[in-house]
Amino acid sequence: MNEHDRDQMKKLLKEALPPVDAEDGPARDLWPAMLRRLGEESAAQVTKGRTGFNWAWFDGALAAGLVLLVASFPASIPLLLYYL
Amino acid sequence: MQNEASSVLNLFCQGDATAFEALFRQHQRAVYGWILRIVRDPSAAEELTVESFWRIYRARERFDPAQGFEGWARRIATHAALDWLRARRDKFEVDAEECGELAAPDNSDAAVTTEIRSKTALAFERLSPKLRIAATLAVIEEQPHKDVAAALGISVTAVKLRVFRALRLLRKDLERQGITP
Repeated sequence: MNEHDRDQMKKLLKEALPPVDAEDGPARDLWPAMLRRLGEESAAQVTKGRTGFNWAWFDGALAAGLVLLVASFPASIPLLLYYL
Repeated sequence: MQNEASSVLNLFCQGDATAFEALFRQHQRAVYGWILRIVRDPSAAEELTVESFWRIYRARERFDPAQGFEGWARRIATHAALDWLRARRDKFEVDAEECGELAAPDNSDAAVTTEIRSKTALAFERLSPKLRIAATLAVIEEQPHKDVAAALGISVTAVKLRVFRALRLLRKDLERQGITP
């Protein structure tokens, strides 16, 4: 594609999709919607904390490792219980 | 004045809600305008503005006040818009009737028929969102390449390459439909 073709394509694209008028700003104040979003997320985090599902990936990996250890070496169970 | 702005940015980093509101009110118009240029849908642009500021709020601890807020916000907004374009593309269905009613711009070329315009618009929709966003901002909206590069987090050369690829694919698509631009 040479420069002439490129210019033709640009012209055609602008004919098909003219630039939007982005100077006016939103039709309404978006701060109330932002507050709602912040409120929803805080409520979700509180619920998450209460139900005990707020595990980090590290907690999950540690628990999985422990299960694997116990399954592979059942003899280690008394030792683990001793240290608990 | 500059000290005041810097203090607002520092307070925002610490999670101060008043500072966040001040930044929201100061920048919502610019962020909305930038997103509107990409998605071309005022209602989606409003939703994405809120989504962008939500991402901004969540990422506040990673924000470096020395780098300035506007560029950082624009970059986050661009990625939110890109996610929207990707999600929309998955469920995109060609609505030829709707596209057939595309209004011609005031300075439109008489030789370019409504049919060619609608086919071009549809072919453009079929491009990947990454190519589309670069072409939309650089070609349609005539934004400086360096601004587009900063917003997308890529180099100016990469922007030019994406625009070139977008135009080439668009041309091929139109040629397949029997249109020679």
